[in-house]
Amino acid sequence: MREKQRKKGRSVKKPVSLPAWTGFMVPSLLGVTVFVLFPFADVVCRSFSSALGGRFTGLSNFQTVLCNQAFWLAVKNTVCFTAVCLPILIGTGLLIAVGLGRMKYARLLKPLFLFPMAMPAATVVLIWHLVFARLGLLNGLADGLFARLPAVVSEALGLKGGPVRIAYMDTTLSFWVLVCSYVWKNLGYTIVLWMAGIAGIPASVTEAARIDGAGERQVFRYVILPNLKSSLYTITVLSLLNSFKVFREAYLVAGAYPQENIYLLQHLFNNWFVNMELDKMAAGAVLAAAALLVLILGLPGLLEE
Amino acid sequence: MFLSGCCLTALALLFCSPVLILLSGSLTGRYELRQMLKPVLEDDLYSADEVMGQDTALWKTVPQYPTGEHYQKLLFFTPQFFTVFWNSVKLTVLIIGGQLLIAVPAAWALAVCRFRLRRALFILYVILMLMPFQVTMLSQYLALNRLSLINTHWAVIFPAVFSTFPVFLIYRGFASLPEELLEAARVDGAGEFRIFWHVGLPLGMPGILSAVVLGFLESWNLIEQPLAFLENKQLWPLSLYLPEIGLGQAGTAFAASVITLIPSGLVFWLGQDYLEQGIISSALKG
Repeated sequence: MREKQRKKGRSVKKPVSLPAWTGFMVPSLLGVTVFVLFPFADVVCRSFSSALGGRFTGLSNFQTVLCNQAFWLAVKNTVCFTAVCLPILIGTGLLIAVGLGRMKYARLLKPLFLFPMAMPAATVVLIWHLVFARLGLLNGLADGLFARLPAVVSEALGLKGGPVRIAYMDTTLSFWVLVCSYVWKNLGYTIVLWMAGIAGIPASVTEAARIDGAGERQVFRYVILPNLKSSLYTITVLSLLNSFKVFREAYLVAGAYPQENIYLLQHLFNNWFVNMELDKMAAGAVLAAAALLVLILGLPGLLEE
Repeated sequence: MFLSGCCLTALALLFCSPVLILLSGSLTGRYELRQMLKPVLEDDLYSADEVMGQDTALWKTVPQYPTGEHYQKLLFFTPQFFTVFWNSVKLTVLIIGGQLLIAVPAAWALAVCRFRLRRALFILYVILMLMPFQVTMLSQYLALNRLSLINTHWAVIFPAVFSTFPVFLIYRGFASLPEELLEAARVDGAGEFRIFWHVGLPLGMPGILSAVVLGFLESWNLIEQPLAFLENKQLWPLSLYLPEIGLGQAGTAFAASVITLIPSGLVFWLGQDYLEQGIISSALKG
């Protein structure tokens, strides 16, 4: 308030009509308007009209999308993927962050976990082919492992003794390959965020608990964990956003029509785009944006500064 | 304690093992590679029964006869590689330069200036930052098409330049500057721009650098945008060209991967602290 008054006072003195913020803000705002806001308004209009001729068609585009089998398959896979990935990523991240926090050489190990983030998706693709083919390295490793197991154990596990020749990318296991690659790529920043969260807890708090006689485990369970709520929150949002980027690996390895279990919404949108099915795309984009908007606005505190 | 340390170290090494595979593969001779990869390359030829009798590929970490032939071939006899490499460099440099030019002032305005629309703009920018590419793909396409930029590098550059993610990252750095400092500068008679240039920029540098590091890793790794907006393969960046080489020319593919990896590895190594900082400040306040 005080500031506003001060600014008003100055504008009387100086005959400059534009306030300072416009000069800083306008270039960005202009770009955002031209490349995002206007065209998105256009897309919203298109979602209610036919691609050819542009007649108003009401909700028929949405109906087409919602009756589309591929759409529901993609929704199901995307939801499944997120629901499986996030807990694994967040849990493992916390575990490793706690482990690293107790180690002397954490500074040396942290970059190793972060490094996958710097690896271009394109370079990962080669490794995937090499590791997950029927005659790839993973099956070779499994062969070697099972051959060394004592007969009793392998019988108990129900292994038939033959070599392992799974085509990971052509079976439902492709889903898990994608999960692993997601965790591999994103674990680093999850660890960093958890460690930052843990470091942000004042030492006096944990110290006090220890003096009161709490063991390591109790300190973690009753002091550290409750204080990590806001970290959990931000990690979840970031991981969710980054989960959309697994499309890169999935697309580069398996193409536009991968095995059924990893056909994600991103594939669907991409295929609509390639086929220039504009009305489906418009309706789909509006639906997706609306769903995300509900999520963003519904989560408390997301828009805090 | 010791055990968990060992486990973590092993896991960390496992996480980085793909780099070792790429490196050793790129230095292995053509024939040796073919011997090693034969099972994977012929994978498709075998039926489900036949494949049971075949041996899997085995990886030798250290090549028997190390050679630089793949690098030589790639760097001196593959003009196309140069084209896509420079495409990538051009895109990355222009995107990051543009982002700095646009995002730094915008972040300053949002963090320091107090105006009526500020809160609304902030919310808008956060929402836009959270939208994945697939949602905005069509609207971007429509805008780029109207400006007849499709199939030019600008189609990839412009939307990236106006991305609101760097604004948010840099905003965090500026917002932490103490109000009194700016007030003092104003009292001393500095104009808004001078305060931005002489106080904001130097003090907000860590935030700006973290945006550069994250921006580099992102734009060196573009897949979706060039795939959607660049039909002409001559315009493709490295990240899209690379998967086209395939295991059939394994040596070349490995060498190209290593060369792709070098710039991002370098930026990662130099900018590690900023990267961490960027990750931490990209976190939304809960």
